[in-house]
Amino acid sequence: MRHEIVEKNLGLMIVLIVLTISGGFLAEVVPLFFHKEVNEPVEGLEPLSALELEGRDIYIREGCHVCHTQQIRPFRAETERYGHYSVAGEFVYDRPFLWGSKRTGPDLARVGGRYSDAWQRQHLYDPRSVVPESNMPAFPWLFENRVDHGSIESRMKTLQTLGVPYSDEQIANAASEIEGKFEIEALVAYLQQLGTVISEKR
Amino acid sequence: MSTFWSIWVSVIVLGTVFGCWWLLWATRKSQTTDTETDRTMGHSFDGIEEYDNPLPKWWFYLFVATCIFALGYLALYPGLGNFKGLLGWTSTNQWEAEVAAAEEKYGEIYAQFGDTAIPELAQNDDAMKIGQRLFANNCSVCHGTAARGQVGFPNLTDDDWLWGGQPDQILHSIAQGRNGNMPAKGVMPNMTNEQVDQVVNYVLSFSGREEDAEAAKAGAQVFAQACVACHGPEGKGMEAMGAPNLTDNVWLYGSTYEWIKETVMNGRQNQMPAQQGRLTDDQIQILAAYVYSLSN
Repeated sequence: MRHEIVEKNLGLMIVLIVLTISGGFLAEVVPLFFHKEVNEPVEGLEPLSALELEGRDIYIREGCHVCHTQQIRPFRAETERYGHYSVAGEFVYDRPFLWGSKRTGPDLARVGGRYSDAWQRQHLYDPRSVVPESNMPAFPWLFENRVDHGSIESRMKTLQTLGVPYSDEQIANAASEIEGKFEIEALVAYLQQLGTVISEKR
Repeated sequence: MSTFWSIWVSVIVLGTVFGCWWLLWATRKSQTTDTETDRTMGHSFDGIEEYDNPLPKWWFYLFVATCIFALGYLALYPGLGNFKGLLGWTSTNQWEAEVAAAEEKYGEIYAQFGDTAIPELAQNDDAMKIGQRLFANNCSVCHGTAARGQVGFPNLTDDDWLWGGQPDQILHSIAQGRNGNMPAKGVMPNMTNEQVDQVVNYVLSFSGREEDAEAAKAGAQVFAQACVACHGPEGKGMEAMGAPNLTDNVWLYGSTYEWIKETVMNGRQNQMPAQQGRLTDDQIQILAAYVYSLSN
């Protein structure tokens, strides 16, 4: 075979390499951009409130997603423990999504409403006071720091640009809604709504 | 998936498989020798030459095998757009089959226990073994593995109940959950600091532990105004409100002067999350029996 045609023709080689390595992307990823089921929210899904969004940003800042996933796979062992398996439509407003890839701690996709607010606060302040065998770090500073209400408006605007249906009114009220709140309140508010749109177990 | 994308996916997937196949045959066909020799391809890059040897046979046949495997896989499983595959497999129906198999295996056992009355169920060793597992998995996070509770989360092994210890009351607490709410300073938001001190002493006097007898005496009046609505005139509590009995010296939020003062000043909110929907009705029945068995 004439190797020279490809080997001595850099442009052609680049085109062929790009084609070869993009096959999987073109077949598996590109069609999803146009697939209704993964782009439309499930019924009842609302964008996060200002306080919950702030909590989500704290969740990311503290690296919760490094040890906790937010995706229940369709296996009986998982649905028995965590609830209904996750569906794509639940995550359409998640930018970026926080599915995670490693479960040092349990999955949190449907932790909302599972424990009381008081439990969540105590657990975040001192995990071993409620779960003695836990190896989760404590987050006491969340109880001292106030949320950063100054930038919430621009963060919500960015999400609005990306297609999250925030109304202008919601954005205008956001800063005053969360001003003076402690970080723990935001984080607990975020945790308590996780996965609550789909509540049935099966 | 629309027809266009279905065809798009199929063309790329099959094109890749057959493209690899073609590449393999094409290079083999143009090979000028079919055994290893010293002959080179005849070109030289910076003095580096390339042998004109065929692919090793084992490698060649392995590659052919992977192509055939891919085609077999695509025939059986969904991989070509809207084509469902001959096996009709989806991750959802695999999960449904798993659940159905488990239902068949355990459903009867659960159903049999689910229909048994709670006091009777509490005597059944098999049911209580299941109950203990369910408790460990779902309840121990707050109530502790020994069900003795901790500050803010009630002990379930004693005879003291916030919302009642009868079988149907326990069942209700588990299935529907409970919301306890003690407002700050009871129903007397303008309670002065002095009155707080008095009423705390009065509450302590129920268990004979008042620090200031004078204040405790004065506290009776404050108590009558701020606290009786829920805790009752004698401080015995009210199950309908989840208001604790203050006279039995069992304390959910600490028993010292400071703790009780904190409770009076800022109130307390607690919640038992509803388990209906998270657990099946039969599981809830077994759990209620297990909790009942802890103190009966």
